[in-house]
Amino acid sequence: MSPTWAGLLQVALLLLALAVVYKPLGDYMARVFTSRKHLKVEKAVYRVGRVDPGSEQHWKTYASSVLAFSFVSVVLLYLIQRLQPLLPWSFGREVNPGVAFNTAFSFVANTNWQSYAPEATMGHAVQMLGLTVQNFVSAAVGLAVAIALIRGFTRSQRDRLGNFWVDLTRGTVRILLPIAFLSAIVLIALGVVQSLKSGVDVTNLDGSSSRIALAPAASQEAIKELGTNGGGIFNANSAHPFENPNSWTNLIEIFLIMVIPVCLTRTFGVLVGNKRQGTVLLSVMGVLWTGMLAVIWSSEANASGPLALLAGGGMEGKEVRFGIGASSLFANATTSTSTGAVNAAHDSLSGLGGGGTLLNMMFGELSPGGVGTGLYSILVMAIIAMFLAGLMVGRTPEYLGKKLGKREVTCAAIAILAMPTVLLLGTGAALLMPDTAGALNNSGSHGFSEVLYAYTSASNNNGSAFGGLTATNDWFQSTLGACMAFGRFIPIIAVLCLAGSLASQRKVPETAGTLPTTSPLFATMLVGTVVLVAALTFIPALALGPIAEALA
Amino acid sequence: MTTTMTRTPEEETRHHVENAGRVGAGVFNPRQLVSSFPDALRKLSPRHQARNPVMFVVWVGSVLATVFAVADPDVFAIGTALWLWFTVLFANLAEAVAEGRGKAQAESLRKTKKDTVARRLISPDVEERVPGVELRIGDLVVVEAGEVIPGDGDVVEGIATVDESAITGESAPVIRESGGDRSAVTGGTTVLSDRIVVKISTKPGESFVDRMIALVEGAQRQKTPNEIALTILLSTLTIIFLLAVVALQPMAGFAGSLQSVIVLTALLVCLIPTTIGALLSAIGIAGMDRLVQRNVLATSGRAVEAAGDVSTLLLDKTGTITFGNRRATELIPVGETGIDDLARVARLSSLADGTPEGRSIVELCAEQHGLPAKPTEHEMGGQFVEFSAQTRMSGVDLDGTSVRKGAASAVKAWTGQDVSAEVDEIVDRISSEGGTPLVVAKSDSTGGKTIRGVIRLSDVVKPGMRERFDELRAMGIKTVMITGDNPLTAKAIAEDAGVDDYLAEAKPEDKMALIKKEQEGGRLVAMTGDGTNDAPALAQADVGVAMNTGTMAAKEAGNMVDLDSNPTKLIEIVEIGKQLLITRGALTTFSIANDLAKYFAILPAMFAGIYPQLGKLNIMSLHSPSSAILSAVIFNALIIVALIPLALRGVRYRPSSARSLLRRNLLVYGLGGIVTPFVGIWLIDLLVRLIPGM
Repeated sequence: MSPTWAGLLQVALLLLALAVVYKPLGDYMARVFTSRKHLKVEKAVYRVGRVDPGSEQHWKTYASSVLAFSFVSVVLLYLIQRLQPLLPWSFGREVNPGVAFNTAFSFVANTNWQSYAPEATMGHAVQMLGLTVQNFVSAAVGLAVAIALIRGFTRSQRDRLGNFWVDLTRGTVRILLPIAFLSAIVLIALGVVQSLKSGVDVTNLDGSSSRIALAPAASQEAIKELGTNGGGIFNANSAHPFENPNSWTNLIEIFLIMVIPVCLTRTFGVLVGNKRQGTVLLSVMGVLWTGMLAVIWSSEANASGPLALLAGGGMEGKEVRFGIGASSLFANATTSTSTGAVNAAHDSLSGLGGGGTLLNMMFGELSPGGVGTGLYSILVMAIIAMFLAGLMVGRTPEYLGKKLGKREVTCAAIAILAMPTVLLLGTGAALLMPDTAGALNNSGSHGFSEVLYAYTSASNNNGSAFGGLTATNDWFQSTLGACMAFGRFIPIIAVLCLAGSLASQRKVPETAGTLPTTSPLFATMLVGTVVLVAALTFIPALALGPIAEALA
Repeated sequence: MTTTMTRTPEEETRHHVENAGRVGAGVFNPRQLVSSFPDALRKLSPRHQARNPVMFVVWVGSVLATVFAVADPDVFAIGTALWLWFTVLFANLAEAVAEGRGKAQAESLRKTKKDTVARRLISPDVEERVPGVELRIGDLVVVEAGEVIPGDGDVVEGIATVDESAITGESAPVIRESGGDRSAVTGGTTVLSDRIVVKISTKPGESFVDRMIALVEGAQRQKTPNEIALTILLSTLTIIFLLAVVALQPMAGFAGSLQSVIVLTALLVCLIPTTIGALLSAIGIAGMDRLVQRNVLATSGRAVEAAGDVSTLLLDKTGTITFGNRRATELIPVGETGIDDLARVARLSSLADGTPEGRSIVELCAEQHGLPAKPTEHEMGGQFVEFSAQTRMSGVDLDGTSVRKGAASAVKAWTGQDVSAEVDEIVDRISSEGGTPLVVAKSDSTGGKTIRGVIRLSDVVKPGMRERFDELRAMGIKTVMITGDNPLTAKAIAEDAGVDDYLAEAKPEDKMALIKKEQEGGRLVAMTGDGTNDAPALAQADVGVAMNTGTMAAKEAGNMVDLDSNPTKLIEIVEIGKQLLITRGALTTFSIANDLAKYFAILPAMFAGIYPQLGKLNIMSLHSPSSAILSAVIFNALIIVALIPLALRGVRYRPSSARSLLRRNLLVYGLGGIVTPFVGIWLIDLLVRLIPGM
């Protein structure tokens, strides 16, 4: 089978698998967040946390809970890393304050940007008690916020959005844990390493000896992808044969990356009482995802640089066992969600291919986006699109029966504004720093792309690295950490405020004058809005990086 | 009973047909641009600019560019700075033109505020003369024929004809009388006959005319909720572009080609949504203005916007859906009478009847039976019997015979004989079908009186109403007919007119309950009303249009007043509200879509020097970096002027479904917005390249 056909087969299998689980998982998640029953283990959690699961929260309380939980998480994660020498399985590894600060924000913000080499820095205890825990709960936080926003649409004249602690617990216990558990077993069966040893000693062919690091990889791999986290337990991430040994694990990992964000559109449709509302969002995500896959793949397949010719096509920086197709697919999946796991070096992507991964993130990661974050991001975009569309049909704009007035537009605007603000200011400021040029592998447009990619990845909570940028000095550690925090929590607060505002409204009945939001016309308008907003904001930056590179 | 005395049904029809014309072109005269120029200059002050975030950024950019152009002058720098100022100026011009149109109207209104001398009653018999401005609420003033009413109020004594043309532009005088729903008078109007006593109901300076002047001048103009939301969105875009441009400088520096402040400013101004930012307030003012042109006064812009959102229209049957008066539609002979014979008798009985009903009988006989429409010389000699409350009949005595028509019971009594069951049957049938039966009887020379037949009077639905309701339905608006008729009659007329629903035997509290019920379901309700008992419902409705002929209470309760007192206009008000929003949305889309072309003009100009491959993006083949940037700036400024007429007139609106409206506007303003600047900038560049130094 030619590599192209193999790649296409992976795409086909992926879409088939997603299609199969779409309805059952989407419906199941809807039930999880509407069920009145509490599991025993959940009741235990509520007792320990002194939470009254029956009480619902105002949006401000909900948002405070998110922030409080995340703040405590950051502090704990920082301490766990710094106190590593006291923990078992630390193998004498230590984490310096800069790395600990950056990593704490990175994992709590579901970014999983890694400014360290895991196998040399983090012991297994930190990985399992600290990082893996955040892999679960940071994803559950995103899920909870998305569900709260859906409640904003479904509720009428209410000021409560549900209980964050209940949503967090249920998301973790009923959705993430079971799927991650099953997936981990499957991954182990397919050859992913699961070991508490620090490594094995091997004698190389030339007689020298070296040590190959081992880790409990499978258990972390499953939630790394499922929670759209992306932080590898090995430095090489999913390019490492212990994390991602073959085409099957590659396919499963991509499936895990996309499964919750995709199925959440179904959950949304079910909860708002019109499944087609979910389908139309999925179709918008699908168009963007497919379009960007085509851009990245075709650009990689037709790479024409001298190194590419030497490697036989755009194979520089790619694993031979995956090839161009599966590498492009992974790169597209990881940047169109907020995952950031990689199975190839994005730094080696062609100009347009690298530009494609950048643009995926610059869309705001909504095709299909991270766990929960993808859904609320696209809903925010839908609100902006509907605002303009509503004006153009001569009515106060409304979406799903809720009027889009001053408060709704303000919240949506803040949610959209946060990412470009930190991204552009961060990149601009970094370029002014005298040390930056020295931290780059390349100069010129590609060097610029390396910096742009780092801030794009951090601001969007993606976490993938272009590579080529040594982001370990204090400036990068702190500014990238700040980008991750602002890029994560400002939109969350804005989205919860939006949800509160929507929930307090009365539902407007649908009439012939209502613009239907299940039509291809609306889908087109939404795709156009996403592309135009990203393009207009980032074209100057892209022109100096990937575009200049691609046109050269 | 309509109060416009001289309007016949035919005129009524014509009036309606004229109003049925779509919301359309306001007049725009290019000379307004010139005359508004001084105002536009005055608006250059920073305090004025700060009110509009988008244009404020342009203003700051212009100042910045000017400073740098002066410091290091060349053709490009000076040209760019100049055109940035023009951008601000053109935005001011748009606002000034819109306001200018209101000012002209305010001027003519002010003329009605002549200094009047009021005759204030101190006691029922004693009056004193005081200046009109000294009147207080509750004062009683006497106004006689030829005098100007000194202030707003209600007639508490007497009846008079009043010339309200100063305010409504309608030359036909109207009747104002104490009690009932026609008691309100407006200061500045003139009493033509008789004497009335008016109880003043507003303080000087807060009268109806004062409020109208403030309104059309835009002095009290506050941003409407939707306008605020849009401003927030535009500000957000402005911030994003500001960040993009600010961050571009270090990026450019990293690439090794730092940009001049003038170039960055030019890029910023081209990117931020200046087109809609410049025209936003003009669109709002012009929307109010379009209402005023149709003789509707809205107390706030909020009400105009709400009109676009209305999903339920409550329409009074009488005067709105049907002609105000019942009309003769059928003649039914009884016994041995022939139809032509009945027609002759019916006509004769109505010749002296000046009521609209009476006139309609003569017209029916003239049209369908070829009888003369005017009394003949001979007939003029007859003895006419006027209708009176006692006899409940009218008719004529001529050549020794008497003809009478009237209510069945009255005519039966007049004939003094038992009536055949046939008559009773016809009368009952007409009543049950929602009509009004009038029985016609005639005495012969022997004095024997016999009933000759029955005239059916029925409500006649105005022409074109069904089509309008169909359009409203397509727009997603439900129409509910309100009538005092019994359910049977109401149903018949509702079906005839094509309304969605009806409320029969409606009392004011029923109306109120209906509005609340609709609002509970999240619908926005619009209604018209004139009586005092309409006031609570008018206040409750989201859009309450009071008729100018109505009481002061009704006018105070509603949020719009229709000076023509034409309830059908509610439909036009809805369309104007929609048109206002569509214009904003369309120009916003256009403005944002424009940016794509500007990037293609400016980015290669900025960076082709350092990355020659970016020259491939110069798909318009613009002459030089300087000419490309300057052309984009010039286009950005000129497009504002080019769109001023559209902003004032409003985007063309045809009632249709939301989907087709969106498709059309996306195509015209979205796609058009992408293509237009490519052509425009290319054309401008052809001229700009001729400038030496470009």
